[in-house]
Amino acid sequence: MLILGIESSCDETAAAVLADGKILLADVVNSQIDIHAPYGGVVPELASRQHIRNISYVVDTALKEADLTLDQIDGLAVTEGPGLIGCLLIGHTFAKTLSLVRKIPMVGVDHLTGHLLSIFLADENPAFPYIAMVASGGHSSIFLVEGSERFKLLGRTRDDAAGEAFDKVAKLLDLGYPGGPIIGKLAKGGDPEAIDFPRAWLGHDDLDFSFSGLKTAVVNYVNQRKKKHLALNIADLCASFQEAIVDVVTTKTLRAASRTGCRDIVLAGGVGANQRLRESMLQRGGAENKNVFLTPERFCTDNAAMIALAGYLKFKDNAEICPDSDVYSRSIFS
Amino acid sequence: MESLDIELPSLADTGKLGKLLGEIAEPGDVIILSGPLGAGKTAITQFIGAGLEVPADCYVTSPTFSLMHEYRGRLPLYHMDLYRLTTEEEIEELGFLDYIYGDGLTVIEWPARLGSLLPEEHLEIKLEPGRDENTRTARLAAIGNQWLDRLPVIRQTLFG
Repeated sequence: MLILGIESSCDETAAAVLADGKILLADVVNSQIDIHAPYGGVVPELASRQHIRNISYVVDTALKEADLTLDQIDGLAVTEGPGLIGCLLIGHTFAKTLSLVRKIPMVGVDHLTGHLLSIFLADENPAFPYIAMVASGGHSSIFLVEGSERFKLLGRTRDDAAGEAFDKVAKLLDLGYPGGPIIGKLAKGGDPEAIDFPRAWLGHDDLDFSFSGLKTAVVNYVNQRKKKHLALNIADLCASFQEAIVDVVTTKTLRAASRTGCRDIVLAGGVGANQRLRESMLQRGGAENKNVFLTPERFCTDNAAMIALAGYLKFKDNAEICPDSDVYSRSIFS
Repeated sequence: MESLDIELPSLADTGKLGKLLGEIAEPGDVIILSGPLGAGKTAITQFIGAGLEVPADCYVTSPTFSLMHEYRGRLPLYHMDLYRLTTEEEIEELGFLDYIYGDGLTVIEWPARLGSLLPEEHLEIKLEPGRDENTRTARLAAIGNQWLDRLPVIRQTLFG
């Protein structure tokens, strides 16, 4: 079964072709980071306009890469939400039109479930039920994944997402965008224990996250150093800040695993590509006898391969195909 | 222009102000929030949400990444963060004016991006760091008639 996946929920226009839920024949992501970098942040309207400009080209490129024509595609999978309506509508309307005109069945996929299942694009897969930690610019959520369409939200952020904290601290320190990879790189030369930044545990059995206080602590630390005319050790600052996030994310993921009795743990989402977080999950998960599955880095950030995969699983389950489906801005999980 | 400065020595004080704003909000209201990173812009919006009766289990989270979050309360709450935008054209093309001139309460962080699109009538709140890390000063100003009659209500309710 050949699935064409289309994703346009945020900054990336992406298309992928997946065969039988396993063999990725094409995976095209129109990364727009270069366009955005001069503005010191992602500029989604640019992205939105880019989506219109890119979508045909990206889908065409994916089909060419897969050496296929539209007639050979068995099903379309497209991101329905959550995200900005303006961005989502472009991919969704494109897919809907293809579906109606070319009579190709289409399913809508939730962006988050794409992340939750993206580990099945890797060689080694977990067994259901497993715990999945999705950490990205827009989300910091822990899910119990009971099946390919059964997800239970166990914890989520109450204020800033993990990736957002990285971006905001990078912005504060004038490091550039996106913040995650830059801070991760600088942190390698620093001491993670140099500065004792706060960890928001929110009670000893809580699985929610809060990174707003950490962000404010970094702002206060920087302001105090400046007031006293003291130099900033950027490497130590990055390492200590990163460690505070890694510590909380790892601890809460393991807590969720032990509470639900899950042995398999999956790390996904853009922040899931952070080297220190991957290392920490493997080390501490291993010490607690857990099987930790790290989503390959290329599937951590937004992509259409995970949308094609989630769509494939829906088709396989004979999901109801509703041509009148619509996009939605808010996550169906909160 | 009517204005009011409020000292917020603790998060609880921010809470009182935010909840009150949510309780007295009317359809079509606009609140613009400014202040540096970590000033508590999202925090006060969380309390505004509580005052608007957004269910407690529906967290009001930072919209920086997704640009806008909407919540269902007594009135719809549209929480925007324009930080990542650069031009008025972008804001218009995203359809944000439909929300701003809609039937809910729109709370806008980084409103400077609005430029000439800034609605003529709104409540302006500037959050400024205070004497110490936990203290903030909220400078409220009613621009146009929208909040003019309600500023004295805020003063009366908070200060008796």
